[in-house]
Formats: sequence, C-alpha cells, structure tokens
Amino acid sequence: MKTSADQSEHLRERVAEAFAKATPLHIRGSGSKDFLGETVHADTLDVTGHTGVVNYEPGELVMTARAGTPLAEIETVLDEAHQMLAFEPPHFGENATLGGTIASGLSGPARPFTGAARDFVLGCRIVNGQGQILRFGGEVMKNVAGYDLSRLMAGSYGTLGVLLDVSLKVLPVPRTQVTQVFEHTAAQALEQISDWQLKPWPITGAYWEDGKTYLRLAGATSSVESACEKLGGDALDDDRAFWHAVREHQRPFFTTTDRPLWRVSLPPAAPMLDIDGDCVIDWGGAQRWLQSDMDAVALRRIVKEAGGHASVYRGDALPRFHPIGESIMALQKRLKKSMDPAGILNPGRIYPEL
Amino acid sequence: MADTASADAAEQVLASRPDKAQLIEKLVAKLPEHVILHAEEDLRPFECDGLSAYRVLPMIVVLPETIEQVQIAMQVCYANDVAVVARGAGTGLSGGALPMENGVLLSLAKFKQILDIDTANRRATVQPGVRNLAISEAVSHLGLYYAPDPSSQIACSIGGNVAENSGGVHCLKYGLTTHNIVELEIVTVEGERMTIGSEALDTPGYDLLALMTGSEGLLGVIVQVVVKLLPKPERAQVVLAAFDDVRKAGEAVAAIIQAGIIPAGLEMLDNPAIVATEEFVHADYPTEAAAILLCEVDGTHAEVDEHIADVREVVEREGATEVRVSRDDAERAIFWAGRKAAFPAMGRISPDYYCMDGTIPRKALADVLIGIGELSEKYGQRVANVFHAGDGNLHPLILYDANIEGELERTEEFGGAICELCLEHGGTITGEHGVGVEKIDQMCVQFPPDELTQFHAVKQAFDSKGLLNPGKAVPTLHRCAEFGAMHVHNGELPFPELERL
Repeated sequence: MKTSADQSEHLRERVAEAFAKATPLHIRGSGSKDFLGETVHADTLDVTGHTGVVNYEPGELVMTARAGTPLAEIETVLDEAHQMLAFEPPHFGENATLGGTIASGLSGPARPFTGAARDFVLGCRIVNGQGQILRFGGEVMKNVAGYDLSRLMAGSYGTLGVLLDVSLKVLPVPRTQVTQVFEHTAAQALEQISDWQLKPWPITGAYWEDGKTYLRLAGATSSVESACEKLGGDALDDDRAFWHAVREHQRPFFTTTDRPLWRVSLPPAAPMLDIDGDCVIDWGGAQRWLQSDMDAVALRRIVKEAGGHASVYRGDALPRFHPIGESIMALQKRLKKSMDPAGILNPGRIYPEL
Repeated sequence: MADTASADAAEQVLASRPDKAQLIEKLVAKLPEHVILHAEEDLRPFECDGLSAYRVLPMIVVLPETIEQVQIAMQVCYANDVAVVARGAGTGLSGGALPMENGVLLSLAKFKQILDIDTANRRATVQPGVRNLAISEAVSHLGLYYAPDPSSQIACSIGGNVAENSGGVHCLKYGLTTHNIVELEIVTVEGERMTIGSEALDTPGYDLLALMTGSEGLLGVIVQVVVKLLPKPERAQVVLAAFDDVRKAGEAVAAIIQAGIIPAGLEMLDNPAIVATEEFVHADYPTEAAAILLCEVDGTHAEVDEHIADVREVVEREGATEVRVSRDDAERAIFWAGRKAAFPAMGRISPDYYCMDGTIPRKALADVLIGIGELSEKYGQRVANVFHAGDGNLHPLILYDANIEGELERTEEFGGAICELCLEHGGTITGEHGVGVEKIDQMCVQFPPDELTQFHAVKQAFDSKGLLNPGKAVPTLHRCAEFGAMHVHNGELPFPELERL
C-alpha cells in the first residue's frame, strides 16, 4: 500500500533535541542494511514513517521521494512509466527504504556501465547534526551552485545528516535485454570482459561464477541483436531472475555457506588475487565477492597492493570497512564535525572515528 | 562556531596586505627563480579568465613545474597567510580564476603531460594542464575517448574541468566531469599531497571525489586526474527540426525524452541565435524558424537507425515545420557548425556579450524563454538563446557594448534577473559554468543562510584559514545582507534576520 506522510518537522525536532543534549542517535529505516558497517549503540531515530513520492514527472527524468519510502514502491511507480533506477540498487530485505539505499550508496550489477547511486543523486533535503533542515542540489540535471553535498550523502551511512528526501535522475527501461553465457576460467573472463568493453556495445552486466561468464546486453532492440550476433555465446533463459539473484545475494554462492564473506573492490582489470577461498566476479571485475577464512590484515594487504579495498559483509573482522590513511581520516573527521558538530548522527557506523 | 570562523577568516584574507617583496624572497629561497613572476608585464596575461569583464593584476604568479613545487608554494603561502588562486587554462566563464591583488596566482599551465593510458581499465592519468580535447586525441587510435566536451574543449584544461564540474553538449547521456573521473591527486592548503578516490569504482569513507569536483578551487589544488575513457560510438547522426513556435520546440524536447530516447546531444537555438549564426557560418539553418532543435543520437549502426526514425516521428508529431537528417559526418558537422559558432557569432553582431548559465526543468523551457524575451524588452537589450535543451541548461547571450556608460552594469542586472527567473521555475543559477565571482550575489537568492553557513563549515574542514580562492563561489552572510539591502526581491528582504551595516 502506498503511504505518504511528511514527518520532516518531527525528525528535525528529534535531532535538535539530541544536539541540545549531546545524545547520539541511531538513524534507521527498515534495518535491511544493519549488517553493513559497525553497530550504533544509541536511541533509534526511525525514519520509516516519513514516506511518499513528492514529485515525479517522467518527462523530466527526475523523481523526488521521502527517505522512508519503500524502495519497492519507488520501483513500481517508475516501472509504470517504463523508467527505472539505473544503478539497480540491492534491497537486501523486503522493506528496504530509499533513505537506506542512498545512505549506504550501494549499487547493483549495472554499476560500472550506467553509474553508481551517487551518480544519480541530483539533490536532497537533510537534517544536519544541529537540527537544521537544509536543501542541496535540486531537481535539475546540471547544477554546480555550491559544494556538491548531496552526492556526498551517498555512502555516508547517515553520519553527516538525516536524509529527508532525495531527488534522483531516472532513466527509461531499455527496450530489449538479453544475457549471453560463455565458458571461461576467471582469468579468461577478466581478459574477455575488458576486451568487450572496448566496443560500443550496450553492456549492462558482466558476472563470472564457477566457470561461466554472464554478459547482459540491454538497449535499443537492433543494437542488442547486432551485438549478440558478433558475441556468440548461449542465451540465458529467464535472465531477469538470474540478475535479481546476483543483486540480492541469492545465488547459492552466497547462501550455502557461513564462511566470512568479503566484498573486494578493485580496478576492473586487476588479475585474480592470491587469496585462499572461493570467488565470484561482478561489475566486470571491479567488484569481487570472496569467501575466505584468511586473516583480515593479510587479506587487506593483498587487496590494497592490487589497488583496491575490502569490506566485511559476513564475519567478525574489525573494522568492517577497509581502514583509511591517517591524513585522509583527519580530513574526514573535520568534515564530519562540520556537519555534525556534536557527533550525534550514527557515530561509529563507518569507523569509530566518524 | 566553525562556520562563522571560516567566513571571518575569508574576509580577513580578502582585506590583508601581505608584503610582496618579503613573500618573493621567501618563495625564491625555496623555488627556482624562473617559476616566480612578479614584474607587471609578466603578470598582465593572468589578470582575467574567460570572464574578461573582471580584471585584477595578481600580486605574484607562481608557475610550478612539479607537484613538489606546488607543495612548496602552498607551504610558503600557508605559513604567511597569503591567499592562493589556482588557475588552469583560464577559459572559465564565471571568474573562478580571477586573481587577487594581495594573493598568489598558482598557474598549473606547465602540467601538460598525459602520464599513462590504461587500455585494460579504460583510463588515462593526466596532469591538470592537459587540454580536454588532447585526451580524446591521445586515445583515439585505441577507439576510445573522454566524454565530457565543454564547448571550450580545444583550450580548456582538465584540472579546471574538475574544479568547475564542467559539462558540455553530451552530458545528458554521458554525464558531467563528476561522472567521468575516478581519482584525483590534490595538494591541500597546508601543502600536503593527498589521493582522493581510487582506481577501484569506490573508496572507503566519504565520497570526497564528489565533494572536490565542482568546488571551484576552494578546497584544494588539483595536481593529477585519472579520467574514464569510453569506446567511441560506431556512428552519430543528427536530426535538425525547425519549429514556428518556441513552445512547440520546448514540448518536443520533453516528448523525445518521454519516448524513451536519451540523445547524445539535444540543443535548441532561438531565432536571434539562428539568424546570427547563419550569417556567420552559413550552416543553411532555416532563418525564419522561431526555434530549431539539433538532436544527435549515437551508438551502433543499428541503434542509430532505430533512434533516428523515432526522433523524426516525435518531432513531426510535435509540429516541426521542417525535419532534416544528416546524411554523413560532413553534413553532421555542418548541422553542428552553427551551434558551435554561436558565441563567436554574437561577437560579430555586438561589441560584447554576456553568457548566462541557468538550468531549469525541461517543462519550463518555453515559459522561461518567453520570460527572458520580456526581460529583454524591459532592459532594452538584445538576447540570443542557445540551450543544452536536453539538460534544461540555458545559455542566454546578452548583447551589450562595454564602451557605453552603464551598459555592463545594466547587463549584469539583466543577467541577475535571468538567474532569478530560473530559480522561480525550480532551477539553479548555474548548470556548468560555476559561481565564481560572477554569480556570487545570486547565491544569496538560491540558498538561505543556514545552507550558506553549512558550506562555510565544510570549507573550514579543508581550509581553516580561508586561503584558497577566497571571495568566490560561496558568499558570506554579510555580503548577502548587503546584496539584499540593495535588491529587494518580490517585496521580501532575503535576509530579514540580519542587521544591515
């Protein structure tokens, strides 16, 4: 059921009160991303009551919705107009909200080809750590007035501000989509995916698992057909269900063991790393999922040498996000302080220092 | 409070009177003498950027040749509380690189090397002084290019593109600078070198890459950039559609988008722009049309065929009086020649012109165009309009003569009124040129005091002394109060809670 309720003032008051008393808040939507990052030990600020699509005109390619709006509802509204969130956000739970989607900044299999969550943020309204409602960016495609604080919100896990509403660029749903399957080793897959991307083909997904590369093509019908002809491979039946399972970690790779699960973010063409464990490759090589019992420090050293970073999706290693250098941490602490001077917004969610 | 501290620091820096001879001595002690310019004839070429109505002679110009020299220059300036304005090619249109008579101008002009081309990851590592077009030229043989293409791309440099988050004709489909870079090396105000972003697609912690892009030189000095490269499309083709009514042309823009097509470029020219460019380059534009649209689609051969047919159908349905489709690349170049020559064409029919940069929702195109026409009558000044219509990004060109007493001032007021018209329609005062010094007063109209205060607080996190490009991009509340006192909008003072000085 679609609901619409503006709780901006209530949320602002809660933050203002917390600021006055210097008591921290745990900002929370449905809790579908609770497993990411560190646990925040504080009173919960529930944003799920702040819901509704505020503005959506398909001709403008822009949707503005409140942070507590269920992601599923937003996708339904867009789908009715043959449009979509092109960064293909993972839900990781039935009731995932828009606010949590942007605050965690997660993007699905299309990310290397169409852009990340942050790339589609045009503007937002937030409550900063002093309980002020602020608006940054807007509902237009291009806007360079003032610092880009709205894109900064993507992936900041609520530590810089409570999202009230977000304006996103949306795109038409491609007319045709197919997925071709190829037999490859992991190394062959990385090389082949890299070569394919030198062609102007409408690639929107490139995933490897257990000896098979899955290449998704989506766009104008003629373009998809002609690329398929040149590529060869075998067509995959019901490819929508396949990519949904990849996005939501519902493939057996993700569901059949309890070993620690790492997300490894790398330059796409980085070779396979010498780490014990099982691996699948998404994002054309730029995002690799690894099940490994290897020591976190040793694993992260190998990943860092390859130009990447590793975060914990399942397991006990701390910190859960890859540690960052001293001077960049000092800068991020000052930035956090500039938006949340009392340190009350989701303190410690990303790192203990933020 | 940190926020007001930052604004106060900036005002102090603006009013400071550093000792020029002493500063030269300190710089020369640590840097080669030839990278420091201080004689008037050497400073003169740096007195303005692309917004040439504003000119200031810098106190000193430093032209470093290495990142270490940038760090040393910053360390000396930081130790002596001297302001620094970074400059790339100096093509910016908002005065973002306007020097300070009491500050150092740091030119990155000697950083011209393309350091690495990585085909496997489709990236190039370049120095900030590399020209935008030079990147595409250097990777063309690999079938790749760098997508953002500001109209100054022959001359503008990538460091400036990052500082301004530059767009161009193709950004509806391919994004702005912020969507097309992955990593920056910066030098902080203290002279420390720092890496922002990474060669992976994301970076742990806050997305400082997003924040740095478009920060107009107020947060750090960009000394290296890793850009994304894309495969060149197999083919591009343009539809030229003429309309006898600007409203119909505006509606056709929305209809193309609604048909599920994301054109590579979607530009609109109004009648004065059509006439002026036609006289200049003879692109065979229909000079009787109220407006023309240029709609480029690109991709594989099959895709272009499919979309060209769709676009033709849409514009015909929306009442186009004439539709032409480019038959080959030569004809495509001719179709674009007029659009690309729009700015110089104005230079032929008017001694000076002033280029505005608002962005509005596409649905407001026709209303804003009509509103600009009314303002043109009110101010008694001609205006020609070229739009990145697909993005809703307007470039009204106000024609004026700087030699006529008071005409520049009237033009600026007219420009300010256009900015406010964009805001009334839910838009922004600048889509791609930046605020700089040019639109700093309109920032007071776009943003309430709390937002401006937040911007100053963020600035403080990067630059506690307020030494980087002070006086640009984000106005102090004090300045807004003064502007508000002069400029009462809709009968409301924009900052009623502030005391007027």
